[in-house]
Amino acid sequence: MVDQIKLSKKDRISVWWRSTFLQGSWNYERMQNGGWAFTLIPALKKLYKTKEERSEALTRHLEFFNTHPYVASPIIGVTLALEEEKANGAPIDDVTIQGVKVGMMGPLAGVGDPVFWYTVKPIVGALAASLAISGSIIGPILYFVVWNAIRMSFMWYTQELGYKAGSKITEDLSGGILQDITKGASILGMFILAALIERWVTVDFSAVKISSIKQSSGAYIDWSKLPSGAAGIKEALVQQSSGLSLTEYKVTTLQDNLNQLIPGLAALLITFLCMWLLKKNVSPIVIILGLFVFGVVMHVLGVM
Amino acid sequence: MNLSMIQIILVVLVAFLAGMEGILDEFHFHQPVIACTLVGLVTGQLLPCVILGGSLQMIALGWSNIGAAVAPDAALASIASAIILVLGGQGRAGVSSAIAIAIPLAVAGLLLTIITRTLATGIVHFMDGAAKEGSFRKIEFWQIVAICLQGLRIAIPAALILALGAGPVKSLLSSMPSWLTDGLSIGGGMVVAVGYAMVINMMASREVWPFFILGFVFAAISEITLIGLGAIGISIALIYLTLSKKGGNSNGDGGSSNTGDPVGDLIDKY
Repeated sequence: MVDQIKLSKKDRISVWWRSTFLQGSWNYERMQNGGWAFTLIPALKKLYKTKEERSEALTRHLEFFNTHPYVASPIIGVTLALEEEKANGAPIDDVTIQGVKVGMMGPLAGVGDPVFWYTVKPIVGALAASLAISGSIIGPILYFVVWNAIRMSFMWYTQELGYKAGSKITEDLSGGILQDITKGASILGMFILAALIERWVTVDFSAVKISSIKQSSGAYIDWSKLPSGAAGIKEALVQQSSGLSLTEYKVTTLQDNLNQLIPGLAALLITFLCMWLLKKNVSPIVIILGLFVFGVVMHVLGVM
Repeated sequence: MNLSMIQIILVVLVAFLAGMEGILDEFHFHQPVIACTLVGLVTGQLLPCVILGGSLQMIALGWSNIGAAVAPDAALASIASAIILVLGGQGRAGVSSAIAIAIPLAVAGLLLTIITRTLATGIVHFMDGAAKEGSFRKIEFWQIVAICLQGLRIAIPAALILALGAGPVKSLLSSMPSWLTDGLSIGGGMVVAVGYAMVINMMASREVWPFFILGFVFAAISEITLIGLGAIGISIALIYLTLSKKGGNSNGDGGSSNTGDPVGDLIDKY
């Protein structure tokens, strides 16, 4: 009996690091195939020694492959386990390996997209962006550290999980856990998206003045009757804090009226309009440019 | 403002990094909040670039490469608009017009991405050849070449803008009338919605719409911070998952076990 070849932790770390470059040669023909082969090279190098074996292994792994770049990790783990068994003489053919890859990439992409692109990225991104807009360097640092900590630990942990579980992982994941994660991410995602729309889509109709009412005396600060100097400033502040208006005329804008109805309503309507246009297959870029044009026109007309 | 030779080299390096990440999508050097900050860092104009990065990040939140679809290119948009902001020398005042410039750049970047991804198709055919020889080194070589192509995709346009210099960029920016820049920043407040709309279209189902309404209403309470909203969202998701599982168990078994006891149902199943 020949000695069994085992992949060491060092090999697996090396594969994990290389999986960072999975999408490097993304192409329209076989998508992530080049990066996939590149990622597995440290393992293949250890497992196969002859030129024929190596050539076969590389050809096998240059087949079509495409999934979410982070959830590729559990698939890599499973593939490592399969290749290890194959190199040790188990009857695993190319079709099995390709079958496992294709079988896992679809469902897992269905988890990776909502979890990473629709939930984690908007939340971390919005948090970092709101800090950065106020000029804080913490924003970008926070984004970089949090994002990469989540990503790198997820990729390492799931690759190990895949390697240890071997082909069993597909069964494990196709059960309830996978669906729960996807559904949970969609719920959280929808919740946060709605919140972001309310907070960050700004549609402001303050330029439109609905009414301008002259207020009764005593309801506003009478600037001509204030004492001069610091005493006057103090008196004005005292009067304002007791609820007096700063101006003689009470101006109500269209925005004030909308805010009384539902704050953020216009933002919501704009979002729904965008969703409708996207469903009609209007390119997002066209919509973006259209909104800029709309903004300029409305500003020139004095509406916004 | 004029940049020194070292600064120019560093900016091009940052651009190269962002270009690589534009396809890799791992470290996220191409995300506006990071890319603009890095450009600001190496040119010594940190503050305006951080603000630009934050604003662009808000617009780009929903931009992601899904399947074979290519999102508007955040990498070129952030790098080029940050360079223009720095060269224009207007500091914070230049941010809103830099945002407006970023959008057409995202389209241009999209086209460049498609071209590069098509070129990569040729590269994987070289890899096929390398695989026949069983040569690991050649596969690795072509993979690195492909990644570098993606880096050059952003580095070359960045170098072009730098070569053009501050003069033309500045005169272009100052020739923009205020009604145009103000209008563009109003438009910038609305375009954020497009990214969100893309994501909602992907995610929405009858089941999750109520959570959208909840999120919208909670956000109107301005005292709750974004972190607070996140915590509420996570709790609601967990509660819903737990409850729906409990409901599913007792309904699923039909008449045989309407005891309402989940443990009992489990025992019956096995």
